[in-house]
Amino acid sequence: MREAFAEAIYEAASKDDKIRIVVADMSPAGAIKKFAEEWPERFINVGVAEQNMIGVAAGLAMRGLRPFAYTIATFSLYRPFEMIRDDLCYQNLPVTVVGMGSGVVYSTLGSTHHSQEDIAIAGAIPNMTVLTPSDPLEVRQSVEYCATKSDGPVYLRFGKAGEPIVTENAIDPWEFGKLRYIERGTDVCVMTHGAIMGMALEVAEKLKADGKSVSLVSAHTLKPLDEDAVAEVLRSHKQVIVVEEHAPQGGLSSFTKQIAWDRKAECDLKTFTLKDEFIHCYGSHQELLAKHGLSPEAILAEIA
Amino acid sequence: MPDRDVDLRNDFDSEAAKHRCANLRRRVLAMSQRVMALHVGGAFSCTEIVDCIFNGLMVRDADGKSDDTFLMSKGHSAIIQYVILESHGVMSPEDIEGYCTDGGILGVHPDYGNPGIEASTGSLGHGLSMSVGMALADKTTGATGTIYVLLSDGEVQEGSTWEACMLASSKKLNNLVAIIDANDLQSLEKTSIALPSFYPLKEKWEAFGWEVAEVDGHDGAAIFEAVTSRKGDRPMVVVAKTTKGKGVSYMEDVPMWHYRSPNPEEYQQALDEIEESLK
Repeated sequence: MREAFAEAIYEAASKDDKIRIVVADMSPAGAIKKFAEEWPERFINVGVAEQNMIGVAAGLAMRGLRPFAYTIATFSLYRPFEMIRDDLCYQNLPVTVVGMGSGVVYSTLGSTHHSQEDIAIAGAIPNMTVLTPSDPLEVRQSVEYCATKSDGPVYLRFGKAGEPIVTENAIDPWEFGKLRYIERGTDVCVMTHGAIMGMALEVAEKLKADGKSVSLVSAHTLKPLDEDAVAEVLRSHKQVIVVEEHAPQGGLSSFTKQIAWDRKAECDLKTFTLKDEFIHCYGSHQELLAKHGLSPEAILAEIA
Repeated sequence: MPDRDVDLRNDFDSEAAKHRCANLRRRVLAMSQRVMALHVGGAFSCTEIVDCIFNGLMVRDADGKSDDTFLMSKGHSAIIQYVILESHGVMSPEDIEGYCTDGGILGVHPDYGNPGIEASTGSLGHGLSMSVGMALADKTTGATGTIYVLLSDGEVQEGSTWEACMLASSKKLNNLVAIIDANDLQSLEKTSIALPSFYPLKEKWEAFGWEVAEVDGHDGAAIFEAVTSRKGDRPMVVVAKTTKGKGVSYMEDVPMWHYRSPNPEEYQQALDEIEESLK
C-alpha cells in the first residue's frame, strides 16, 4: 500500500503543480524519492516535528496548494492532534493527513507505533473525512480523490507492504462515500476496510467452500459512511460479519451496530475488532492480529 | 531587506500613529462597556505593534489591497485587529457592534473566513507554523508579499513555536517577519518569575538562525525602522518589549485586565488618561 501511495501521489503531482508533500523525517522510499528528487521545492521535510508538519500544511493550503502530510499513522494523527483539529478541520482546509502503517502493522515496535483508535479520533472531528482503502488499488483511487476532488481535510489510513490486490474484479467501482461490493451473495456478508482485507477475503473464501453464498464488501470511506448501503447489507443477508483492524469503539463495527439498531435490522450481526487494550506482544502482523483475537480460524469458529 | 520593500517603502509618522492608537484604544474601551470578556490588557499591549504593521509595514495599492499578510497568532488580542480592520473599511461598524453577541460574526478569537482574518487562532502555538507554510508556499509560487505574524511571549513557550522557528530559518524564509509582544505577563504570573530560563529571548532566536531586533514595542517608529532596515536574507523576529494594559494606568501590568472590562467610572478615567496622553 505504501508503494501504491507513492506511485499515486507522484502521478497526481505530475498533473497538478499544486501538490505538496510535507513529511516529518519520513524516509522517502520508492516513488516518493522520485517526487523529492524531481520537485525538491515541493517536498518539505520539517524534521521530527509533527505539530509543525500540520501547521505548515495548513499554511500551504491557505495559499491554494494541496498538501499531503505524510508519516506513520500514530505520528501523523496523535502527536499533532490539536493542529489537525484547529488548523485543518476548523478552517476546513484541503489537506490530506496520511497515516501509513495503521492498526498494528508495525507489529514488532510496540504500542507507541500502533494506531488502534485512529478512526475514532479522526472521525470525531467535524469536517474530517476518513478514508481507509482496502487494497493497493483502493489506495491509488483514494489518493486520486484527495489530489483532485476533496475540498476539506482527509485522514487517509493504510497499511504498509504485502497487502494483496483484492478489488481488481470488484463488481462495484470505487466511489467516494459509497460502500463497495467486491463480490455479491445472499447468505453472509463480510464487511471490512483497510489492510485486514486479506483476512476478510480468506474468511469469505472458506464460507464459500462450505457452500454459503457470500458477499465481500469494502467500507473504504468511513466518514461519511454510506449508512443506507450498510442498512441494505443488514437487510439483504442472513448474517453480517464485520472484520476491522481498529478498536471496538468508533469504527465500522460500532457504526454498523448503531445502524442495525436504528434501522431495526434482523440479521445475525457479529463484529471482530482489535481489543481495547495495549497488548505487550511482538511478532508478525498476522501474529499480533491473532493475539487481538483476529484470525480466520477464530472468526470462523465464532460465526459457525 | 527585499528590493520590493525598498521600492514601495511607506513612511511612518509617529505623531499620526499616536493619534491612531489613541482612537483604537478608545474604540476598544467603548466596546468594553457592552461586553464583559474583552481581553483589553493584551490588546493594549500590542496596539502600537499592530498599528505599525497595518499602517506602516504593509504595502498597499491605491485600492487599499496588499500582497502582504498579517496573521494574529496571539488570538486573544483579535479585538485590536478588528478595530484596525474597521478603520481600513475591511470590517463594518455593524461587524464591530456585533462583537460576541448573538447574531454577530466576531468572537474573542479570530475566525478564518471573516473579513481580513487570515487564520483561526486562540489556541497558542499555531500561528508561526501556518505563517511558515504560507511563506514556503509563496517562495514556490512566486508571490512577493511579506508575512507578518504577531506572537505573544506566552506562546513562545509552546514547543510547536520552536519547531516552526527552526524550519523558517533552515529554509531562509526572508519573506517572514515575526513580532513578539513581550509583555512579561501571562495568565497566572510574570513570565520572568514563572520561567526565568525563558530569557534571554533575543539570543535564543539568534541561535536558531533568525535576524533579531529588540525594540520598545510601544514605539511604532522603532518597530518600523527595525523591520524595514533588516538584512533580508532570512526570517526576522522583533522582540517588542511592551506593557500589558498600556495607556491606562490602573490596567498596566495588572493580570486581572487580561479578561476584565472596566466599570463606568473606570471607563471614564481610561478615556481621560488617553486624552491626557495626547497633550
